Amino acid sequence: MSEWQPKILAILCNWCSYAGADLAGVSRMQYPPNVRVVRIPCSGRVDPLMILKGLQSGFDGVLVSGCHPGDCHYISGNFVARRRFAVLKPLLEFVGVEPDRVQFSWISAGEGERFAQVVTKVTEDIRKIGPAKRLVKGA
Amino acid sequence: MGSKRNSVLIVGAGIAGIQAALDLAEMGVEVHLVEDTPTIGGRMPQLDKTFPTNDCSMCILSPKMSECARHPGIQIHILSNLKNVSGKPGRFKCTILERAKYVDPVKCVACGLCEDKCPVKIEDTFDVGLRTRKAISRYFLQSIPAEYTIDKDKCLYLTKGVCRICEKTCEAGAINYEDKDREVELEVGAIILAAGIDPFDPIGFGHFGYHRYPDVVTSLEFERMLSASGPMGGHVVRASNGKEPKKLAFIQCVGSRDEGIDRNYCSSACCMFAIKQSIIAKEHIKDLDSSIFYMDIRAFGKDFDKYYEKAEKQYGVKFKRSKVADIIETPEGKLRLRYTLEKGTTQYEEFDMVVLSIGLQAREANQRLSEDLDIRLNEFGFCRSERFSPLMTSREGVFVCGAMNGPKDIPESVVSASGAVANAVRFLDLERQGLPTADESIPEKNVIGQRPRIGVFVCHCGINIAGVVDVKDVAEYAGTLENVEHTEDVMYACSTDCLDTIKKRIEEHDLNRVVVAACTPRTHEPLFRETINEAGLNPYLFEMANIRDQCSWAHMDQPELATIKSKDLVEMGVAKSRGLQPLERLPIEIDPKALVIGGGLSGMTSALSLADAGHQVYLIEKEDELGGNLRNIFFNFDDKDPQVFLGDLIKKVSRHKMIEVLKGAEIEDISGYIGNYKTSLKAGSGKEGRLLDHGVVIVATGGEEHKTEEYLLGKSSRIVTQVEFERMLHEKDFPAGKLKNVVMIQCVGSREEGRMYCSRICCSKAVKNALELKKVKSKTNVYFAYRDIRTYGFSEKYYTELRDEGTVFLRYTPDSKPVVELIDEDVTDSRARVTVFDPIMDRDVVIDADLVVLATAIDAPEKNEELAKKLKVPLNADGMFLEAHVKLRPVDFATEGVFLCGLAHSPKDMDESQAQAKAAASRALTFLNRKAVLAEGTICQVMTDRCSGCSYCESICAYSAIEVDPEKLVAVVNEALCKGCGACVASCRCGALDLRGFTNQQMYSVFDSLDLVITEKVGD
Repeated sequence: MSEWQPKILAILCNWCSYAGADLAGVSRMQYPPNVRVVRIPCSGRVDPLMILKGLQSGFDGVLVSGCHPGDCHYISGNFVARRRFAVLKPLLEFVGVEPDRVQFSWISAGEGERFAQVVTKVTEDIRKIGPAKRLVKGA
Repeated sequence: MGSKRNSVLIVGAGIAGIQAALDLAEMGVEVHLVEDTPTIGGRMPQLDKTFPTNDCSMCILSPKMSECARHPGIQIHILSNLKNVSGKPGRFKCTILERAKYVDPVKCVACGLCEDKCPVKIEDTFDVGLRTRKAISRYFLQSIPAEYTIDKDKCLYLTKGVCRICEKTCEAGAINYEDKDREVELEVGAIILAAGIDPFDPIGFGHFGYHRYPDVVTSLEFERMLSASGPMGGHVVRASNGKEPKKLAFIQCVGSRDEGIDRNYCSSACCMFAIKQSIIAKEHIKDLDSSIFYMDIRAFGKDFDKYYEKAEKQYGVKFKRSKVADIIETPEGKLRLRYTLEKGTTQYEEFDMVVLSIGLQAREANQRLSEDLDIRLNEFGFCRSERFSPLMTSREGVFVCGAMNGPKDIPESVVSASGAVANAVRFLDLERQGLPTADESIPEKNVIGQRPRIGVFVCHCGINIAGVVDVKDVAEYAGTLENVEHTEDVMYACSTDCLDTIKKRIEEHDLNRVVVAACTPRTHEPLFRETINEAGLNPYLFEMANIRDQCSWAHMDQPELATIKSKDLVEMGVAKSRGLQPLERLPIEIDPKALVIGGGLSGMTSALSLADAGHQVYLIEKEDELGGNLRNIFFNFDDKDPQVFLGDLIKKVSRHKMIEVLKGAEIEDISGYIGNYKTSLKAGSGKEGRLLDHGVVIVATGGEEHKTEEYLLGKSSRIVTQVEFERMLHEKDFPAGKLKNVVMIQCVGSREEGRMYCSRICCSKAVKNALELKKVKSKTNVYFAYRDIRTYGFSEKYYTELRDEGTVFLRYTPDSKPVVELIDEDVTDSRARVTVFDPIMDRDVVIDADLVVLATAIDAPEKNEELAKKLKVPLNADGMFLEAHVKLRPVDFATEGVFLCGLAHSPKDMDESQAQAKAAASRALTFLNRKAVLAEGTICQVMTDRCSGCSYCESICAYSAIEVDPEKLVAVVNEALCKGCGACVASCRCGALDLRGFTNQQMYSVFDSLDLVITEKVGD
């Protein structure tokens, strides 16, 4: 443990982004080992509180990813998610959470490379910001 | 009846074969899917994106592929061909030849080590030669079955007797050089051919320099270049210099619409294919300049014209109506196109890269298949189907679907596949399926209230995981976690022996939760769930940690960090599993009756298919007689009389004892859900009220002729619509001899503001009527004012015929439409003066017409809106019903149990309507043929004491599955409709909703499971 390693929570929808993450692996694309993936049915399942809880649990960042707009397996879940994120973002900034700590993306089941790129970028962004302390219990 | 078999053999496992297999399997039919290549999937996996939604092709296909592989009723025979068929429909005897695979599919774990070590490189046919593969290989990354196969013509050991490297490398001991070809005998009730098409090979087109100039590629090669998982990783570069192209040209109709090479047909899909590629390419290379060289843009499908508009207006794609003569490479390495414009002037333009939009052609193998099976092919080598029986072959009991009987795009292939199934069902001994019976001998253990006793199994997956991650360490670590009673590392968790081990350990340690750390739950969760269920645990008491696809494979150079990550993933899995509860999949009973709305060609066809399969059908028609638009059709390109066909159809429908026809019907209300609908309506001359119970609904409400006054329609009896003209032609006293000049004007109302779609059938209809007129009176001058001629598929040859007859084709644009004036305003039958600007002569052409015939658009009936609301299904912007998925679910609605077909979906011709009507029937049968279906266990639940009845969830739910009870004022979930997406849960302001299997508590305990605060201190 020579260097601090950020731990990032990635909440991925089952039908697109989780499949994209699998494809990245199948294609042997390499990306930083800092994300911890949680699979959910749809990005529409992601409650703003869930993101806050993630930060509260001590994760240094949260990535939420769903199907591309229009591709949602559940018709419109990702649109619902998008609306919620738009509201949550300014709130997070208001309470002092750095903007890049919580990120959203759309990754399809065919975009293994994109998954690797997004995870790499998110990891580097959060590494730059440093450990999360703002919402961590007892920190 | 008893002698009929309840099984079907399907030749070809492309999207059509897969769809047919899944439909049949869902009806409880045993399916043999016979595929020539080493994988199912066909052409779709080669595609990057699909038009007109830019959906990722593989993403939408792969769930269907896995479903096919997992379904117990579907047996996949790869590397196999149908050799011989004897016997009668209902009881065919088939012989298939299964070629040797040289790899034991049971032992192979698809780790890929053999391929790494194999010394023989061969051309990768999947990537159309753009890269190489090994003599032992997996066909493509997501191929199914996943197991490797050896190319026996290329393998060193099998050809020269040396090497055997793969055998030494394979840890699973799966290589078997002694494998032999074998013949398999099968008895089936019916056969469905779905052997697909081949792309045209432009090698003979020397003037385009294909193969001579590296930057001239085919559209299929270009598609692989665009694909993120393709040989270039989605980076389009010129083969000549490795740089991105800045200027790109598409040449259309390479191998289509070309009498010179015996291809006087249109390949139907290439225009859209090129438009899609030009859009996607532009997304890859921002400043790309794309031009499409074409004769006519044939964007005739649903929402295609909007896509065409988007390419032109939003993406700046240039459309150049021209004929490309040749391509020459300049000394600077550019490709110089010489092309002739409509006016006849020759132009030159230089490009970096040229894509040849190659056509679709019949497969060579059709010839042999036609001989072996005794079925007829058409003049172009496609499987021949007769008019009014679009999915039948010349042999009874053998059906055809997909592009094998004519070029088709993906949704049409899917439609035809389901349609063929409806035909095949008549020859089967179909039995109504009960619920999948649980094995009574293994009662489910009651674990509610028990302390979690978790078993963790960590998989080596050969060296796929163990080569990177310290598996033993991870397993040991799992043992230290709370509630973990048993932990063990296993070589291959999915192997049959290990599955037995898991069951044994559940017994030995009285485990009530199981976590497997291995590959991805997307492919393997169902297998493990089944396994624990066999050991008496509820299948939902299972959790997977993905330490291969998302860990060992992605962090191969960082074994220590990969091991830490694996431990975290296992810990998170264990945390999730602690909170797992047994879930119930509630059965929903299916009322086996159907309601078909609309008594036109589509509705009657659907009704007949369902009734023939033994189901009671209510066929309702708003008018007082059956027939719909078909009553106005009198001719075809061939001699088959549509009115005779219609008369027979009405007779069959009216006399069928399983069909009740309700004419003059008006729907008042439709309520209920899959399997349990109630419809109230008034019908008959007395408008008597009826209340119908039914399990499914088929919407076949048709289309209407566009009403307009454009071009002075209605102002003179000599200005008529194509529908009126057809009726006139049909009448015996039609004064054809008095017609000197007839002007036909196309796209009246179509493809313009407010109706930005092509009505699809008008070009063929006008060509048909013009030819009919020529038959009656060959000296009549026919002038054809058009925007693009869209005689797609095999109708092209009739267009050629009409041109050869000397018809004058005048192309107009929306900003210079033809002008129609009355010659004598005072009479009701005034002749009309038509002025059309002719771009070829660059001047106006003035015709004094004895008759002006307008091809008016097809409109969606206004009443669609009302019906859509009653059924809670969506309409598109044009008022037509919107299917669940434009590519792969073309006759389903997102709402289960409701289907659509015919013009209610979009404009289409008679054969297409029939195919879609049968497809809707077939999809409906997948439900009707079951006594009950199971709802998913992971659905929403309401904690009523917390609900404030705000009904916000109602507005979020895309399936109308949650509603506030008007009396109790709390939300109630309709468990039959809920799909378990969780959108309502996340939106609930009171925290009154939760998603079973993904509860808030479960999620939070997963987040809290890792000791993250300490990690941070380490960093400080």
